[in-house]
Amino acid sequence: MPFLFSLPPYMSDILRIENIRKTFPGVIALDDVSFSVARGEIHTLLGENGAGKSTLMNVLTGLYHPDRGQIRIAGEPIHFTSPRDALAFGIGMVHQHFMLVPAHSVFENILLALDNVPNFYSRKTYKEKIQKLIDEFDLDLDLDTPVWKLSIGAQQWIELIKLLMRDCQLLILDEPTAVLTPQEAERLFSVLRHLKKQEKSIIFISHKMREVMEISDCVTILKKGRSIATLTCGDFDESKLASLMIGKDKILQWQKNLQMSDEIVLDIHDLSVRNDRGLSDLDGFNLRLKKGEILGIAGVAGNGQKALAEVLTGLKNTSQGRIMAGGKDITNSNARYSYIAGIAHIPEDRKSIGIAPDMSVDENLIMKSFKSRSFRNWIFQNKKAIRQNAAEKIEQFAIKTGPDGTPVRYLSGGNIQKVIIARELSEHPAVLVALYPTRGLDIGSAGYVHKVIADGADRGMSTILIAEDLDELLKLSDRIAVMFRGKLIGYVNPRKTTREEIGLMMSGEIPGDAA
Amino acid sequence: MKLVIERREISSPFLRFSAPIASIGVALFVAGFLLLASGVSPLAAYKEIIIESLGSLYGLSETLVKTTPLIFAGLGVSLAFRMQIWNIGAEGQIYMGAMGATWVALFSGLQNHWLMMVAMFFAAFLCGGLWAGVAGFLRARWQVNEVIVTLLMNYIAILWVDYLIYGPWKDPKGFNFPLTAQFSDTARFAEYFNTRMHSGFFLALFCALILYLFIEKTVWGYEIKVIGSNQKAAQYAGMNTGMAIFFVLFLSGAIAGIAGFSEVAGLQHRLQHGLSPGYGYTAIIIAWLAKRSAIGVVIVSFLLGVLLVGGDSLQLLWQLPVAFVYAFQGLILFFLLASDFFIIYRVKLIKGVARA
Repeated sequence: MPFLFSLPPYMSDILRIENIRKTFPGVIALDDVSFSVARGEIHTLLGENGAGKSTLMNVLTGLYHPDRGQIRIAGEPIHFTSPRDALAFGIGMVHQHFMLVPAHSVFENILLALDNVPNFYSRKTYKEKIQKLIDEFDLDLDLDTPVWKLSIGAQQWIELIKLLMRDCQLLILDEPTAVLTPQEAERLFSVLRHLKKQEKSIIFISHKMREVMEISDCVTILKKGRSIATLTCGDFDESKLASLMIGKDKILQWQKNLQMSDEIVLDIHDLSVRNDRGLSDLDGFNLRLKKGEILGIAGVAGNGQKALAEVLTGLKNTSQGRIMAGGKDITNSNARYSYIAGIAHIPEDRKSIGIAPDMSVDENLIMKSFKSRSFRNWIFQNKKAIRQNAAEKIEQFAIKTGPDGTPVRYLSGGNIQKVIIARELSEHPAVLVALYPTRGLDIGSAGYVHKVIADGADRGMSTILIAEDLDELLKLSDRIAVMFRGKLIGYVNPRKTTREEIGLMMSGEIPGDAA
Repeated sequence: MKLVIERREISSPFLRFSAPIASIGVALFVAGFLLLASGVSPLAAYKEIIIESLGSLYGLSETLVKTTPLIFAGLGVSLAFRMQIWNIGAEGQIYMGAMGATWVALFSGLQNHWLMMVAMFFAAFLCGGLWAGVAGFLRARWQVNEVIVTLLMNYIAILWVDYLIYGPWKDPKGFNFPLTAQFSDTARFAEYFNTRMHSGFFLALFCALILYLFIEKTVWGYEIKVIGSNQKAAQYAGMNTGMAIFFVLFLSGAIAGIAGFSEVAGLQHRLQHGLSPGYGYTAIIIAWLAKRSAIGVVIVSFLLGVLLVGGDSLQLLWQLPVAFVYAFQGLILFFLLASDFFIIYRVKLIKGVARA
């Protein structure tokens, strides 16, 4: 039994982190971080990307060993050497990417996570135990359903139950709402509040200000590897948090041109796309994009957004339907032709498909135009022109790079994104398909991306903006199209709609159906 | 206390340089026990290797003779490695290249030396290239694993050449030995210094230079590097990765094929059984040791040439089996791969254990 239960009653801090420092060669990931989490507290960790949140969590769950500093649990100094150690002390984490076996049932997945299950276990006892937890939190979960049939929200519950079955007293949730609809997020919050009543402590990591305001008892702000402030509920509001988090860095201001022509630049008609498993990612999908418009696409992740972007940029073939761009049929052509036809693409997973990680910034910036005459002499690359192009782009987009020739992989997420954007926008595309362009970026970089998109719209560039943060979509879009299971559910006007309306549409309800 | 393995964020340049040298040292050390077990003093043996392979004009020329096919095959394999394509079939491609060159030498009837050389070159280039191109096509079109295809096609190539030299191409005056007739002088490389060293060596150096320029300076080299670094990113940037995979495997095999041309035109002057004693497999070691760089291939090929020639003298002097040389090569590769682990990861001792 973890000794958390033998807590002396006067020790209310379940976890105390003191002066943690962790360096990697050439990088100080955590400089000096201290904070403590009390019993029954929801403690939010807020910070830009690169502020050290994930490193800190990795230290806390035993993946990294800090160079200096102390972790105390109930006052006792502790060294973790693996996540197993952390679990034994009742610290569990729900990762952004769930650790579930899709083909197995809910019950089997939970059982897998438990230690000390006897070889001949009583299925009934364990089921009853788990069922008790499910009932307690009023979760709608059938133990015998295979995991792949469940919604993302339900899969998250399984991860939570896994930790609760192990009697975890401190739960760490890494951006848990990123994959949820607003309704599912609401549900998660009520579960968290219930946990809080049971004296469990929660470390909640999030970017979304609104949620932070809604759920936190306490907020610790991380900046450049330091914990710069811990505020308790009532002491903070959104603007205070934002200013602490970014400090002196200004959020770029931009103004969107509301004038829009009615010219259709992209017309998608009855588009269907099958994935590798033969299921339909897009199923009779329709979309019309006007010139100079920012068209937001809302939908729970995995409802065909990725397929839409891949089809538009020629990475995937259609099985049915038609895409017209500027009067040209680009339905089935490879990425190069789509690019010539004027579609640029900011991919979802920048590291895995946006860049060649081992190559330099210079080389990455010409990835789409390396064949153009300005970058070559006959069959040889014109290294001088390539360098000059890079110098211009680095200056223009304020990319922070290392010394010349540094592989792109060593850049921060925000700077990698800038490299991609610089490359994609340098040819003045007519259409930009941006898939989660600000995911994982700090507020400063995200603001920059927004500005680039808005400025592009002023110049007549049309953008399909696929994002998961409704606030981002509402702020930036001229129109929002809602997707569900590969179909277009409908358009809404971001200036007139409500979050609830979009949320309902995201779960497949066609507006006006209920009436 | 507990051992923890951590990934290094940045590998240190010192380690990258010293690790290969250290691993060759360790391989020498372990091979020393093999020598001891055969009753040979390791130090004497290593000294013998150096003297025999580098200590005389004859020794040096023999070393360069062995180095030549290794450079070609090593270049071929390393080119494919550059794009994360694993061409294990250089051995077969050498045989096919040799076959192509032999076909031209024996049956074309060309009388002009240079014309003959060019024709033999291209025949070898095409045969080696197409042989590897099969794997390239299958990989590009249907994602068939090129490791398996190139490896298995080695057996086909070697047996096919055996069929030719035991059958239709057998020299009628060859006392029934499995070999073709000797080439005429028009189909032979020049030889130098009254040794077996031939023009193939210079052709190999030239090839290395061309390949270096190709990879580092041209637009195609850029494309290959992007695809090697991240195939998905390349695809999304509009590169035709399928075509590139076929092309690179073709070129990789073609260069290995030239090794076959160089062997028959420069050294053996006929097609015969066992014309390559595993150069194609040694090439894999070379490409790995050279870290895929063309210049590195030349250096490492030379080192392995030293080992091969020195190993021959060990056979003569102490009646050690040729297997010793292969065992030694294997040890080098083994320790080299192991050293990569230390370049990528760091092992740390951590004090204090959680009390759970």
